[in-house]
Amino acid sequence: MIECKNITKVYNTGEEETQALKGVSFTIQSGEFVAIIGPSGSGKSTLMHILGCLDTPTSGQYLLDGQDVSKLSDDELADIRSKKIGFVFQAFNLLPRTTVMNNVVLPLVYSSVPDGEYAARAAASLRAAGLSEDRWNHKSNQLSGGQIQRVAIARSLINNPSVIMADEPTGNLDSKTGEIVLGTFQRLNKEHGSTIILITHDPETASRAERIISIRDGLILEDKKNAGQKFVDATLLP
Amino acid sequence: MTIRNLYRETTSALLSNKSRSGLTVLGIVIGIASVIIMLAVGNGTSSSIQSSIQGLGSNLLTVTPGASKAPGSQVSSSAGSTQTLTVADATAIENLAGVENVSPEVDSNQQIVATSANVNTTVVGIEPAYADVHNVSMEEGSFITDKDVQQLERVAVLGPTASDDLFGVGVNSIDKTILIDNLQFTVVGITVAKGGSGFTNPDSMVYIPLTTAQQEITGSIYVNDISIEAVSSQNLQTVQDEVTTLLLKRHDISDPTKADFSILNQASLSSTLSSITNILTILLASIASISLIVGGIGIMNMMLTTVTERTKEIGLRKAIGAKKGDISLQFLTEAVVLTVTGGIAGVMLGYGVAYVVTLTGLLTATVTLSSVLLSVGVSAAIGIVFGYFPARRAASLNPIDALRYE
Repeated sequence: MIECKNITKVYNTGEEETQALKGVSFTIQSGEFVAIIGPSGSGKSTLMHILGCLDTPTSGQYLLDGQDVSKLSDDELADIRSKKIGFVFQAFNLLPRTTVMNNVVLPLVYSSVPDGEYAARAAASLRAAGLSEDRWNHKSNQLSGGQIQRVAIARSLINNPSVIMADEPTGNLDSKTGEIVLGTFQRLNKEHGSTIILITHDPETASRAERIISIRDGLILEDKKNAGQKFVDATLLP
Repeated sequence: MTIRNLYRETTSALLSNKSRSGLTVLGIVIGIASVIIMLAVGNGTSSSIQSSIQGLGSNLLTVTPGASKAPGSQVSSSAGSTQTLTVADATAIENLAGVENVSPEVDSNQQIVATSANVNTTVVGIEPAYADVHNVSMEEGSFITDKDVQQLERVAVLGPTASDDLFGVGVNSIDKTILIDNLQFTVVGITVAKGGSGFTNPDSMVYIPLTTAQQEITGSIYVNDISIEAVSSQNLQTVQDEVTTLLLKRHDISDPTKADFSILNQASLSSTLSSITNILTILLASIASISLIVGGIGIMNMMLTTVTERTKEIGLRKAIGAKKGDISLQFLTEAVVLTVTGGIAGVMLGYGVAYVVTLTGLLTATVTLSSVLLSVGVSAAIGIVFGYFPARRAASLNPIDALRYE
């Protein structure tokens, strides 16, 4: 569960002060699929960095599973990221020339999971992300964009995180492949009960989530259930 | 991060980009090998130059007839043109303290005839002491003996070039006969090659007994020069002063400026020797430092490029839970593995090339332990410093900034 209480973030770039977040509060329950939507410069990326424990707020409180993580040191944040957060990036960020398997188990390297569990965990994650087994020993540069993003999703799942942060996960994909990736998130949310936070600027992409938080100029504009949640055609999924 | 995971990530990172790792290792190999080879070849050159200079003798005095130029005087009788020195002078010098050997010598240019060839070369009349004074050693046969000198034997010892010129390369000339000034001489020995030095090449000389030369060839009791070997090069000046006093007395000359002989001091040669050695040392040091700098910059480039290229990867690793220390440790391990691999290969290559150079016979390239330690130490330090510190800096970047790094 995620609780944000009046979070602000001020960037100090030399003489100029930029207030990226001006007091944001909301709660996300476990198992929710939430889209955070806003145009560029709205503060959604800043919010995502704070939610993903990549950055700390200037003021306010961020409780992740009841633990206040807003005042932690770099190494403590790394520990939280390792245990509780899975990332899916727009640019995929797989290790080049490295096998799918090795990419997927990468987060385990920095965790306390014993070696013996690596293969089984990777297999479970890759299945959940819907990557067919004949690709598992391919190198990351031998895959298509959709396959790469599913490897990235599998990687984000491997530590059984409390929340998956997906930052414009379809931004580098064509619409059909993007659709499959969004469908994969919907299935993970429904079948595995994963909490998913999808950050996007695109209302169409956001419409796949069950709740949409709109953000503009560092403030929440609207936070509502998505009555018209669109479901991706299950037959498209591998 | 466990050791096992560290090993796993290090090997996978190094093997996933073989060309990058290979080039980095190659940079280190070249850096180390070039220093080792340069210094080995340099040391070989230096010692061969030093030994050929020492072959000339650095504790020698040479007495020649004729006055040395008096201070202020514009005229001097040319050295060697007058005849003032005798074997008796030489015998007298031999009794002085501090004198090891004395070698009176008579030399003249003669046409030498063998069965199939004739050669114009220097014929030197000598006593056995010549061999010690001028560092002559025998390849085959024996040198001129005291008995040869006493009995005015017509025997000759040839320099290797003279032997080759007269009888052909590879032909054993011992016991063959040569004609010097139409007199028959029997070849009794061949000297070891010394290499040319100065205007006279000892390898093409022909040595005969001093008495024979005086009696049969020059027909005079005088000698052309007297070479004196001092006990050590330190007391060379003292010996020179004593010889001067002795000869002035023997020749009844009271005014030293009117001396009828001059003494050439080889001490100037030893100072030349030490200045050449110093120059060679400076040369070697600069070769080594340039090689080290070039190699070091190569290693530095590869390491810096690698870390810059991998800033995104560092950002990703941090985003998925790597701590700053994990990243630093991995990059440090990678740098150590690369430098150790490159170091071992570089030292082996250095030894290999030095061995091949020695095999060619041009010079003896000796790899010194200090050059190995210096090159490996500096290269490893540069490799590790420039592999580790940029990575540590990248690891302290905010993961978001590192991920966006282009």
